[in-house]
Amino acid sequence: MTLPAQADSKVTALPFKAPAATVTVLPRPARRFNMATVAGRIATVLVPPLVVLAVILTVWQVVFSQPGSSLPPPSEVWAQSYDLIVDPFFVYGSQDIGLGLRVLTSLQRVAIGFGLAAVLGIAIGAVIGQSKWMMRGLDPIFQILRTVPPLAWLPISLAAFMDSGPSAIFVIFITAIWPVIINTTVGVRNIPQDYRNVARVLQLNHLEFFFQIMLPAAAPYIFSGLRISIGLSWLAIVAAEMLTGGVGIGFFIWDAWNSSRLTDIIVALIYIGVVGFILDRLVALVGSFVTRGTSAN
Amino acid sequence: MTYLEVSSVGKSFTRGSTTSEVLRDINLNIEKGEFVSIIGHSGCGKSTLLNLIAGLTETSAGGIILENAEVTAPGPDRAVVFQNHSLLPWLSVYDNVNLAVAKVFARSKSKAERHDWIMENLQLVQMAHAKDKRPGEISGGMKQRVGIARALAMEPKILLLDEPFGALDALTRAHLQDQMTEIHSRLGNTVIMITHDVDEAVLLSDRIVMMTNGPAATIGEILEVPLERPRNRLELASDRSYLKCREAVLKFLYERHRFVEAA
Repeated sequence: MTLPAQADSKVTALPFKAPAATVTVLPRPARRFNMATVAGRIATVLVPPLVVLAVILTVWQVVFSQPGSSLPPPSEVWAQSYDLIVDPFFVYGSQDIGLGLRVLTSLQRVAIGFGLAAVLGIAIGAVIGQSKWMMRGLDPIFQILRTVPPLAWLPISLAAFMDSGPSAIFVIFITAIWPVIINTTVGVRNIPQDYRNVARVLQLNHLEFFFQIMLPAAAPYIFSGLRISIGLSWLAIVAAEMLTGGVGIGFFIWDAWNSSRLTDIIVALIYIGVVGFILDRLVALVGSFVTRGTSAN
Repeated sequence: MTYLEVSSVGKSFTRGSTTSEVLRDINLNIEKGEFVSIIGHSGCGKSTLLNLIAGLTETSAGGIILENAEVTAPGPDRAVVFQNHSLLPWLSVYDNVNLAVAKVFARSKSKAERHDWIMENLQLVQMAHAKDKRPGEISGGMKQRVGIARALAMEPKILLLDEPFGALDALTRAHLQDQMTEIHSRLGNTVIMITHDVDEAVLLSDRIVMMTNGPAATIGEILEVPLERPRNRLELASDRSYLKCREAVLKFLYERHRFVEAA
């Protein structure tokens, strides 16, 4: 690596020679936006994971191709679950639909559960963050409740709602709400005193303070909470659907297991992973868009 | 008749079982249109005094009366320019001023009038050109100017400046001081400014309030600055009465009330 800037800049202002200081304007680096660099950049992102994937598939294929192996090799997955892989949105019957449609059903549940958790979590977090006593009283309880695994909530929610649909949503809600509450609380507690003073001088009421100061100031914290939450929701939905039945992706895995369609399970796992990844990135993207000026001070 | 009356105000903070007295028996009367500086060593309670007048902290003793009404809570009639500008980083320059204008003039001005008023105040501090920039995109001096515009836009009875130019470099500070004098002479606001810069105090103020060292700090002396306005920084540099005022403040700060604690 060379440092071109050094060679080009001549700023001479030595007093004993006394020439006028000459400042050479550096030529702008030519903007190269050709296909080669773009392709190169894409390649550096895509090639390593593709290579690793190929290696994994090969090893998997070799190891599980022996007769009597307990799990199917990739080639068998492709052959037996071809329908599921190529067409995510087929409808052959009320229980025989593509994985894309199943994922959408699950996503709908997640949307309701996560949405409720986000709204209530931010509201509760805001209240707790504003009050020292609320914080002292509620924080220990929340810290304990948040460690309860999603499935542990299911029996009690089934008992409470007497219906599988709402209980699945409740399980998502109760799993997702803790990180939102805790992060919002921390965000609100970290609002600089200066902003609070501005609000006090302007005599903003509670609602104005919430929307104009608290939400934007705590947004980075809130979004890191939401990002954890969406991951947990997706974790919870699969578990909840396994037990409550219906058309979701979770129940599909359970159903496939009961009818020994191992290859279908593998395809479903890949779906779940990809969707979870997309959800995480989506929240991160929204977060970075919404909080763009907040941290710059 | 006095505009702002601070009478026998004291302030002590209690944390656990220890009580520390910060201010004791402060008496200060300020006329309408006056520019008063409060100067003192750091930790002497200057900012506490300003916060008391702003209503951001409550007095422990005594009371503050602004135009026949007691100060009990903060309000836009006592606009504060905070030391570190405290602009909201997620709002543009325009929206930062608008936050104040929309709140204070919600009923009394129409939307178009509010817009004009915001622009007028931004022009006053020469920041109209950057109205769509965010605070993160402008320099420290510019931020402070926007902070001043936001405070002025509230049309406060009294403008409270808490070391407004303290965090700026010397050249920018001089520039903003000149702008502040100009704004003061044009609008005739009543201003209280906290500072620890002797030149700044003499250049801008009608009176300089000198505080003794804490704990239990109080007003040590009040100096009238008998200089004609408009004041010119360059002409004053060799002016006899300017130098005398400067000397008086310096003597107070460094001879009679030296800062004993290691800063």
